[in-house]
Amino acid sequence: MTSQATVSTPSTELAPPVRASVWNWLRSQLFSSPFNTLLTILSVWLLFATVPAMVDWFLISSTATAKTAQECRAVTGACWSMIVEKHRLILFGVYPYEEQWRPLLATLILLSVIILSGVRRFWNISLPILWIAALSSVAVLMWGGVFGLTHVENSRWGGLPLTLILSTFGIALAFPLGVLLALGRRSNMPAIKTLCVVYIELIRGVPLISLLFMSAVMLPLFLPEGITIDKLLRAQVAIILFAAAYMAETVRGGLQAIPKGQFEGADSLGLTYWQQMRLIVLPQALKIVIPPLVGLFIALFKDTSLVVIIGIFDLTQAAKAALVDRAWSGFSVEVYIFISAIYFVFCYSMSKYSQSLEKRLATEHQR
Amino acid sequence: MNHPDTPPVQPPRRRLSWNDPGVRSVIYQILAVAIVGGIGWYLVHNTMHNLSVRNITTGFGFLSREAGFAIGETPISYTPADTYARAISVGLLNTLRVALIGIVLATLLGTIIGIARLSKNWLIRKISSVYVEVMRNIPLLLQLFFWYAIISETMPGPRKAYHPLPGVFVSNRGIQMPTLEGDGLAWLLAGVLLAILAIIGLSRWARQRQARTGQIFPMIRWALGLLLVTPAAVWWFSGTSLSLEVPELKGFNFVGGMVFTPEFAALLFGLVIYTSGFIAEVVRSGIQSVGRGQWEAADAVGLKNALVLRLVVLPQALRVIIPPMTSQYLNITKNSSLAVAIGYPDIVSIINTTLNQTGQAIEGILMIMAAYLTVSLSISVFMNWYNKRIALVER
Repeated sequence: MTSQATVSTPSTELAPPVRASVWNWLRSQLFSSPFNTLLTILSVWLLFATVPAMVDWFLISSTATAKTAQECRAVTGACWSMIVEKHRLILFGVYPYEEQWRPLLATLILLSVIILSGVRRFWNISLPILWIAALSSVAVLMWGGVFGLTHVENSRWGGLPLTLILSTFGIALAFPLGVLLALGRRSNMPAIKTLCVVYIELIRGVPLISLLFMSAVMLPLFLPEGITIDKLLRAQVAIILFAAAYMAETVRGGLQAIPKGQFEGADSLGLTYWQQMRLIVLPQALKIVIPPLVGLFIALFKDTSLVVIIGIFDLTQAAKAALVDRAWSGFSVEVYIFISAIYFVFCYSMSKYSQSLEKRLATEHQR
Repeated sequence: MNHPDTPPVQPPRRRLSWNDPGVRSVIYQILAVAIVGGIGWYLVHNTMHNLSVRNITTGFGFLSREAGFAIGETPISYTPADTYARAISVGLLNTLRVALIGIVLATLLGTIIGIARLSKNWLIRKISSVYVEVMRNIPLLLQLFFWYAIISETMPGPRKAYHPLPGVFVSNRGIQMPTLEGDGLAWLLAGVLLAILAIIGLSRWARQRQARTGQIFPMIRWALGLLLVTPAAVWWFSGTSLSLEVPELKGFNFVGGMVFTPEFAALLFGLVIYTSGFIAEVVRSGIQSVGRGQWEAADAVGLKNALVLRLVVLPQALRVIIPPMTSQYLNITKNSSLAVAIGYPDIVSIINTTLNQTGQAIEGILMIMAAYLTVSLSISVFMNWYNKRIALVER
C-alpha cells in the first residue's frame, strides 16, 4: 500500500490540501451528492428507529437485581438477573459446584497459552513445550484423580472450558495431520496423492454435523466388541478429522506459494525429502498461512457449538440447559445475547489479531 | 545428436535398489495403500461382526417400508403411510429449497453490504462494517436459536399478528403470505421459461452486434421488460383463471396463502444473515483488488459511473470473487444441515428420525453424505464452469 503511494506521486503537484474542519468532513463524507445525502438521511432514520429502543431494552429499562422471575417480568427491558442467577451453569455446565474453580483455572490456562502463542517473541521451540505443559495441566485439572483432586467424569464437563478444550485440542491435533495431508496432496506419488485428495474432498464435501452423527452412532460399530470410547472423545476425534481436511487445503495454499527455485535449491544441496520440507519449505509455507490458520481457528471455535446436536454440554448446550428451568422461562433472548457476546469477544479479538498479523507479515515479505 | 558410428548410449540397467527414488516411491505407495486398506478392512470386519451381534440387517430394503412419522413441511405430498424413501426425498427437497433461496438472498444482501463497505458515505461504511463484524463472529447455530426464540417467543399470536403489508401476517406461527392460485399458474411458469429463453437468445445477438458494430444494446432493461411482459402475455392469451389467495384468520390459525413456518423462517434468516456477512467481505475484497488505475482510466475515457462499474470494474472483480463465492455457496448448503437443531425437516433431520426408528445407522449416514457430496459437487462443477467462462483469456 505505502509503496504504491510513493511510486505514484513523485513529480506530480499535489492538490491544495483541503482544510480539515467539521463542515468539510461532513460535506465530503455525508452530503457529497444527492444520492449520498439520501443514504445519510435513511441511515440516520434507521439508527433513530433502532438504537434508542435497544439502549432502553439493554440498559435503561433492564434489571440485574431482581430476585425472582416475577419481578423480572414486571420490567419492560432485559432481565439480566437471569444471567446473574444462571451464570455458573452457563459457564461451567454441571461440573460439581464446589469444584468449579478447576474449570475456571483451566479456562484461564488455555486463554493465556492462546494469547502467548500470539506473541511473536514466543514463536520458537518453547511454544510446543508450553502447549504440551498447558494441555496436560488442563487435563489434570479437569479430570482430577491426582494431587488430591477428586475425579470428575468427563460427562460432567461443560460450558466455556469445554468449548475451549474442543477447539484448542481440535486445532492443535489437526495441525500435524493437516500438514501431512497437504504434503501428500502435493506429492508425486499417484497413490498417496489420490488417497489424500479423496480424504480432503470427502470431508470438505459433507457438513460437520454428519461427521458428528457418524462419531455418535457409527464409531461404536467400527470398534471391536467390548471397547467403547466416551462420547466427548468421539466428538473430539470427529472435530480433529474435520479440521484436518480444511487445514490441509490452507497449508497447500502456502506450499503452492513457495517458488520452484526453493525446491530446486534444496534438491541441489542434496537434502532428503523430509529435510527439504522441515528446513526449507515448511518454515516458509507455514509463515504465509498463519493468518488463514487463525481464520480457521475462529471457524472451528464457532463450529464446536454444533456438538449441541449430539448432546454434549458445551457453552451453547449449557445455555439451553439454563433455559429449561420453568421458573425462569421466557428469557431465552437474554441468555442467547450473553453467550453470543462471549463468542463474539473471542472471535472478534482473534480476527483483529489476524488482520494485524497479516499486515506485519506482509511488510516483511516485500523485497 | 549421436555420431553415426558410435552405438547409442544404453541407459544403465535398473536394479532394484533402495537408492532408486522410483523404487522407493513404489514401495511407499504400496505400503500406504496396504495400511489404509488394512484399516478399512479391520473397520468393516468389526462393523459386520457388531451388526450381526446386534441383529441388524444391512441394506437399503428399509427404504420401501412405511415411515409412520409426520413431517411438518412437505413440498411434495406426503403422509405417514408413505415410505421412508418418500420421506427422505421430502427432506432432500426441503434442504434444496432453503439452500437455493438462501443462496439467492445472501448473494443479494451480501453484495449490497459489500458495496456499502466501500461507500463514500462515512455512516453507511460504519453501519455495514458493524453488521459484518457482528454477524461473522457469532456462531450460526446460536443465531438460529436466537431467531427461532424471537419468532416463537416474542412474536404475538395469530390473533394479534403484525400486518406490515397487505396480505402479509407475521406471528408466532410464522410468516403468512398471499399466493397465486388457479390453473393459470402453469401458463405463468411457461411464460417465465419462454422469457428466459428469449433473454438468452437476445443477449447472444446483442453481444454479436456489439462485436460487429460497437453499439451497446440496453440488455438489462430489455431483460427486465421481457421477464415482466412475457408471462403476463402468455397467461392473458391462454385465457385461464388466476386469483390471489390471501391468508385469512380462521379460528386459531391462518388459512390459505403461503406460509414460512417459524422453523423455515429462522433457518433462512440465520443462513442469509450469517452468510451475507462473509459474502460482503468477498465482494469488498474483489472490488478492492481492481487497481486504481482501472477506475481512473475508465473515468478518463469518459464512461459514466454505472458503466465504469459494469464494463470495467465488475468483470475484473468477478474473477477474484467467484472462487471464494463458490465456497460460500457450498457453506450455505452444508450449513442448512443445522436445521436439525431447530426442527426444520431437512434431510439430516429426517434421516436422523429414520435411523432412530430403524437402527440403520450406516445406511442413513451414507445417504446424508452422498446427498451433500452430490449437491456440493454439482455446485462446484457449475461454478467452475462459470469461472472458466469469465476467466482472463491470455493471448
